[in-house]
Amino acid sequence: MAVQIPAVDYLVLGDQPHLQAWRCVACSAAYFDRRNACARCFATSFSRSPLATEGVITAFTRVERGAKQPFTSVVVDLGEGVTVKANLRGMDDPAQIKPETKVRLYTFVAGVDDEGTEAVAFAFEPVGHSEVVGA
Amino acid sequence: MSNNVWVIGTSMTRFGRFPEKDLMDLAVEATTGALKDADLDLAAVNILAMGNLYEATSHNGQRLQQAMGQTGIPVYNVVNACATGATAIRVAVMSILAGESDIGLAVGVEQMGKMGMLGGGKKRDEKKIFAPKGRRGGVVKAEGLFGTNLMPGVFAQAGTEYALTHGVTQTQFARVAHKNHLHSTLNPLAQYQKEFSMEEILGAEVISWPNTLPMCCPTGDGAAAVLLCSDAKLATLDPDVRRRAVKVSASVLTSDPYVDGGQVQADINTLTRNAADQAYAKAGIGPEDLSLVELHDCFATAELLHYDNLRLCEPGAAGQFIDSGAPYRDGRIPVNVSGGLLSKGHPLGATGVANVFEIVTHLRGEAGARQIEGAKVGLAHVIGLASACGVHILEKRAS
Repeated sequence: MAVQIPAVDYLVLGDQPHLQAWRCVACSAAYFDRRNACARCFATSFSRSPLATEGVITAFTRVERGAKQPFTSVVVDLGEGVTVKANLRGMDDPAQIKPETKVRLYTFVAGVDDEGTEAVAFAFEPVGHSEVVGA
Repeated sequence: MSNNVWVIGTSMTRFGRFPEKDLMDLAVEATTGALKDADLDLAAVNILAMGNLYEATSHNGQRLQQAMGQTGIPVYNVVNACATGATAIRVAVMSILAGESDIGLAVGVEQMGKMGMLGGGKKRDEKKIFAPKGRRGGVVKAEGLFGTNLMPGVFAQAGTEYALTHGVTQTQFARVAHKNHLHSTLNPLAQYQKEFSMEEILGAEVISWPNTLPMCCPTGDGAAAVLLCSDAKLATLDPDVRRRAVKVSASVLTSDPYVDGGQVQADINTLTRNAADQAYAKAGIGPEDLSLVELHDCFATAELLHYDNLRLCEPGAAGQFIDSGAPYRDGRIPVNVSGGLLSKGHPLGATGVANVFEIVTHLRGEAGARQIEGAKVGLAHVIGLASACGVHILEKRAS
């Protein structure tokens, strides 16, 4: 089996893929990127914290121009003060997206380098996606 | 120290695409116009603030002086995203308020040509080995894989966030573009002066839903300049210059404070609300007192949010506000009577100065066919990611 690595370091692979955030030890603010200090409280200690794999769409767009293929971009509220931006599959008509639309995380191989290493990325799909859009 | 700062001269080039000119041609045209407007020459100016983005490492303030007159005054070359022009004005205002200068010149200029705002660029043909890079440890290009962070997508998502919360429709967003394109037909300085029907706007190519092509601003070239002075200096100037002087009642600049979620989707609201509230408090003026507003409609979705952010409508009621016709030029609070960024154009560094030019021109009663009759107070707003917001409130001089 090919070696797989996460496409970003806040994605944890394995049997139950999930996202993780750096949590400020002092105030719990969450960051996906490395920070020198907390942007909210200036503290300098962080710990890694696993995040929920389901959430609710709070913002979205369908990018039609400037992309190889049109895609839907969403901001997903994962709870506990954390939102993440990602692609959404299974809802190509943006007018379908209503308040409180629930989505769940899935992973996929986003690319292979010249040594055969696979980069695994994440995106979201509506909860119950397979029932909604069929095969 | 000066208690007040006054606009005594202003000018802008037409916005558009001018490949036959260079950056300095545009800056000189606007600067010459502002000096002529105030009946002054460069020798009178004792601070120059120059705003530009795409040639920002070229010392444009000094280049401007080399092109039209070197007087040895301090030059501040500023860059602050799409709030660059407002930042240049703010620098000149601060210098006058501090008593270090009595006449300041702020210039904003940009030459973008047909450059898009969608980014991109060709990949080099080299061996591909995945290796984590940057503060997110990314191994592949993020844009399009982890959603979109290009400007059309960011402002589209800002709009749909508001829509999901407050029930705004694509038609209501489109009405913003209808209004601004209609307004532009009266502005000879606008890059485009073409009215679009609602059907044309909603039926046009989707760029990033809900924004279609006429709901996105064009890129372009242009410059604008503002000449400012202190109370004491104003008293010494020609009576006609004094009569046409416009008071800067508030000059505010903010950046984005921490908010949950701000790291993944730029928050264009909080810093705008903070800037507006500070400006209203400083000027002792409320949104109900405004005769007109020029705000940052880089995309139609953005303008709708700023009705709420600038307190022009009830909280959450921006959709109803546009439906009521209030921001049309014959409405209760005319917004973007210049045509806005959507049709007047958005040469990035010039925009924040050009919207002050627009307000000043109306307060002087010199806006010609697009004049808002009896205009007494106006607000100019710009925002750039990520993130800076400038708000200026300007008042007609009591006669």
